[in-house]
This record gives sequence, structure tokens and C-alpha cells, in this order.
Amino acid sequence: MSTVTLEDIIKPENLVYKKTDLMTDKSLSYCPGCGHGTAHRITMEVLEELGLDEITIGVAPVGCSVLAYEFMNIDMTQAAHGRAPAVATGIKRVWPEKIVFTYQGDGDLAAIGTAETIHACNRGEKIVIIFVNNGIYGMTGGQMAPTTLPGMKSSTSPYGREVEMMGNPLKITELVAQLPGTYFVTRQAVHTPAAVRKAKKAIKKAFENQRDKKPGLSFVEIVSNCNSGWKMTPTDANKWMEDNMFPFYPLGDIKTDGQLLK
Amino acid sequence: MGELKLMKGNEALAEAAIRAGADAYFGYPITPQSEVIEYLMAEKPWERTGMVVLQAESEVAAINMVYGAAGAGKKVMTSSSSPGISLKQEGLSYIAGSELPCVYANVVRGGPGLGTIQPSQADYFQSTKGGGHGDYRQIVLAPASVQEMSDFVKLGFELAFKYRIAVLILSDGVIGQMMEKVELFDPIPRMTDEEITAKYPWATTGKKKGTQRRIITSLDLDSHKMEEHNHHLQEKYRIISENEVRYELIDCDDAEYIFVAYGSSARIAQKAVQLARAKGIKAGLFRLISLFPFPGKEMAALCKKGVKGWLAVEMSAGQMVEDVMLSVKGCAKVGHFGRYGGIVHSPEEVLHAMEEKIIGE
Ligand SMILES: Cc1ncc(C[n+]2csc(CCOP(=O)(O)OP(=O)(O)O)c2C)c(N)n1
Ligand code: SF4
Ligand SMILES: [Mg+2]
Repeated sequence: MSTVTLEDIIKPENLVYKKTDLMTDKSLSYCPGCGHGTAHRITMEVLEELGLDEITIGVAPVGCSVLAYEFMNIDMTQAAHGRAPAVATGIKRVWPEKIVFTYQGDGDLAAIGTAETIHACNRGEKIVIIFVNNGIYGMTGGQMAPTTLPGMKSSTSPYGREVEMMGNPLKITELVAQLPGTYFVTRQAVHTPAAVRKAKKAIKKAFENQRDKKPGLSFVEIVSNCNSGWKMTPTDANKWMEDNMFPFYPLGDIKTDGQLLK
Repeated sequence: MGELKLMKGNEALAEAAIRAGADAYFGYPITPQSEVIEYLMAEKPWERTGMVVLQAESEVAAINMVYGAAGAGKKVMTSSSSPGISLKQEGLSYIAGSELPCVYANVVRGGPGLGTIQPSQADYFQSTKGGGHGDYRQIVLAPASVQEMSDFVKLGFELAFKYRIAVLILSDGVIGQMMEKVELFDPIPRMTDEEITAKYPWATTGKKKGTQRRIITSLDLDSHKMEEHNHHLQEKYRIISENEVRYELIDCDDAEYIFVAYGSSARIAQKAVQLARAKGIKAGLFRLISLFPFPGKEMAALCKKGVKGWLAVEMSAGQMVEDVMLSVKGCAKVGHFGRYGGIVHSPEEVLHAMEEKIIGE
């Protein structure tokens, strides 16, 4: 019986997975179990697989992913809270041959930045928007977001979101799908390997659309967890997300090739 | 000699943007500066030079488009009037923090609030002391003619890129709306993408393999590093203060009484100087061109040459006058005269104020 050493295992022919060079070596600032890290990684993997990284400029939001530029190993601009779609518009308009995307949370994209989101979508800016919806303001400590579910607890809806008083959650993805300027609108998740594969495919399609100069904006929502903000363990958060978030925010494509589905 | 044209101040500014080789203009309509974007849309600079023009959904969006494009190394511009400029302050603070070059114009109207569409100079504090949050400055140039509305766009871009700073052309409803002869400067070609990539290594143009990535940000969670960054900004502002002071002296050689003014108030004060001289009063005009940096040292030096009194003339309740006081520090009397809320003062009332408030006592 021969002994297998570590050196025997670490060989190029045994390599089954490697972190993309488009993620830096910096350890992620996200809570363990948070979906942001996975969403970052698959976005970078897509850019690597499509060979677009050398011409890509990313726009980071204000939110937990404000430091996305620390982890994504590409040129990036950090935008003011909610303004990423306008910042991306500015970049894409003066560099039409580059690939430009924003990465935004739900507070950033669907509350303070609603106008910028709607108008970038409606103008049909040739950019990609990656929208991580965790139904809460993660960064600032778990306040109510525009996407917080009815009855859902947060630090500013401590007894649950009361719709009469606090208004309804906003399905901004369905809303932007109605606009003639969006070309591809989809809703995905990254909490299981199968979901990650699907989400990555969707992100790839979004960037291919931009690369191929398809007429309009590609919008990828990722329904994600915020175990810290939701005050749950990572596993409980994922279960809660499946039971509560997905029925309200159903996964799947909403608009492809400029055509609304269903 | 450049091409001569009869133009509105706002149109001259717009034409100058095209000729200065700007890559983009992002704006939102507001009186009294809407002619800027109207002129650009009619002129179709995308056909002339490849310059992009886009009407944004708000001033907030417009300044953030500027932020994005400037961070990507392009020559970009926006303009608005007072209420819209207030909306841009968040973006301007980010531009200051991440040290991006851009030019923007404020064709000031009376305030506060929605105020009036008539001319005013009440945005001096906002312009020179940093209207947004944080310790920052921007270069402020005050045109007093349609000619300067054009010239300062070219100068503004030079300074903006030299120091990686926002340059504000602080105009007002009079200068923006009036028509004058203007000698347009010869067009400067837009930089090519290759030139931009080579010349501005800090710009986000896509990270080539094996090179440092570029990050445009104003954030640093480490407060020691943030203090260091602030030191760097303050040092930059100091260098600008030493090198970029601009002003004009009119009849100041033997002057005992000096009007201090900028923009359209300077034109009115210049007329007041003539009226004063006709009456035997030795009056002069210190016209500010750069409001930041403020020509305080120059003012103090002049004061020591026998000036008996200064009158700050501005279409506001008294903002610039504070800087005049700080500059001459008790060397001579300082007073203020201004109409505001959209009213433009007359040379007669300006002279009268000098006689009453400064000479009389
Ligand atoms: C103008 C402005 N208002 C408020 C804030 C504070 N703030 C920072 S992040 C944030 C919410 C972010 O939530 P979201 O976009 O959902 O991102 P997440 O952290 O959940 O990923 C808020 C309100 C800010 N930085 N700037
Ligand atoms: S607070 Fe929420 S969104 Fe932010 S890193 Fe933690 S789990 Fe993720
Ligand atoms: Mg969130």
C-alpha cells in the first residue's frame, strides 16, 4: 500500500476547482453564509470565461458590497448611495466599447436610487445591473428595505412590516421588465449549487447581451439572504428565504430577448 | 483671431465646451441656463467632434454621470442653476474626495428655495466654502462677460486636469442671458482613447492583465488613512491658492476707495468707478476672477498702499464681504452693498452706498 502525500494530490491534473484570478486574495468582509460573496465570484468567473475583464469597468454601490472593489480584481468606481446606474451611464456613454456593470443592493437600487434605476433601464443603457435583494439594509444594521416582506421584522419595523403604515414591498424587477429599454430581466438565487449554476448562466447571458450590443439593459436580480440582518443562522436564513422570499419574489426569467414571458 | 460671434453667455459656454474638446455634457433643464443643453442638442456635437450630450433625469443623475465619465478619464461637463446645483452637492463631494477633474457651471438665480429665475450671487458661500459634506474646495472662476463664459471653459478644463479637481464657473442670470460679441477660441481636438489611457493612468479604462487595477473611490474606513488623504487634499488646495489666484485691478493705482466685486456686479461697480471719478472721488475696482483661490494677499498688499475703504458689491445679503474683511483685517474700513432676491443693483446706488457707508463717516 503506497502512501499518498499532499504533494501527490496538488498537481495540475488533479485540479477540479480554482479561484478565479479576477477575485483578489483579500478575505471577504461579508458575514459567513452571506450570498454577496458567491454573487461576486460568479460575476467575476463570467467575465473571465468571456474574456471581457480587460475592458470591464464595474460600479460598486453603498451597502454591504460597498467594498466590492476590494474583492473584484478589475477596474472599479464606487458610486454614491443609489447612483450607480447614473455613474455607469456616464462611463458607458463615453466608452461605448467597454463593458460596464453595476452591483447594487435593494436599498441602493430600489429606494434611494429608484429614479436612476428606472431611467437607466428606460433609456436602454447598454449596461448590466446585478441586483442583490436581501429584503433588508444589511450594512446599516438591518433596517427595513423597500423589499422587506409584509410582516417581516427589521430594526425599523420591529413588530413586522405593517403595510398600512409602511407601504408595500416593491417588486422593482417586474417593474423594470415593463420598460421598453430592458432587454433581459431575470430573478435568480445563489443559495444552492444548482441555483448558483443557473444564476451564473443568467449573468453570463447578461454580459453576452452587452458584448453583442443587444438593444437594451440586462438586469439580473439575485434574491439573497442576510443572516445577520434577519437574525438567523445561515441555514435557517436560506430555509426562510425559500419559504418566504421565493413565493413573493419568484425565481426565473421575466424578459428575454426584449420579450416579456408568461 | 478666432471666430467672432454674437452670442448669449449660456450659448458661448456650450460652444466652448465643444471647442475645448469635451467628451460629454450631462445636464438637466433649469432657468436661466437651459440654453446650454438646448444649444448643444441643436448643434449636435456628436456629429462635429464625437462629443456625447445627454439630458439626465435629474441634476443628481447628471453629476453622477459626470463622476462616472470623469473617473474613466474623459473631459466632462455639466451646468445648472442654483436649485439644481444644490442637488449636485453630494456628487461634487464625491468628486472632491476621489479627486476627479470636471467643469461645471452655475448660472445663479435668486433663492432660497425655488426663489426666482432672476439673477443673483447668493451662492457664494456654497461655491467657495464647499457646498457638500466634508473638508474640500473647488476652483471657482467668475466670468464677467460672454467672452469669459467661453474662455473659462477652456481654462477650467486645463485647471481641472492639472489638479484633478472640479472647476466651477460661477456665473449668474445676467451673464448667462445677455448677448455680447465673443471671440471663440480655435477648436481643440478631443483626445483619442489611446491618449487618454496613456495620459491618465488613474482612470478606469479596464485592467490589463499584470497591471494595477484602478479604483475610483472616496471611501477609506481606516480613519488614519482618511486623515492622510485629507492632508493630501489640503496640500493640493494650498498649492492652488499659491498659483491660481486671478483678479483684475481697474483704476486702483491711486485709489482711496475700492469696490470689490465679481461677475455682473463687477460690471456695475466699474460704471460706479467712472461716476465716482467724475465727482472727484479716487475710486477703483478690484475685480475677483478666482473666488477660490481668493486673492486675499493681493487685497491686503493693495490696502497698505493707502486705501481708506472697501465696499463689497454683490447680489447677496453679504457673503464675499466676509472674505474681504478677513483679507484686509482692519487695515481699512470694509462695508457691503447688495440687492438680492433677483434684483440687480444700479451703478448709482452702488456709488451712493460707497459715499454713505464708507466715505461719509
Ligand atoms: C446618502 C446616504 N444615505 C444613507 C446612507 C446609509 N446607508 C449605507 S448602506 C445603506 C443601506 C444599504 O442597503 P442595501 O442597498 O439593501 O445593501 P445591503 O447592505 O443590504 O447589501 C444605507 C441606508 C448612505 N451611506 N448614504
Ligand atoms: S449584513 Fe447581511 S448582507 Fe451584509 S454581509 Fe452580513 S449577511 Fe451579508
Ligand atoms: Mg439589502
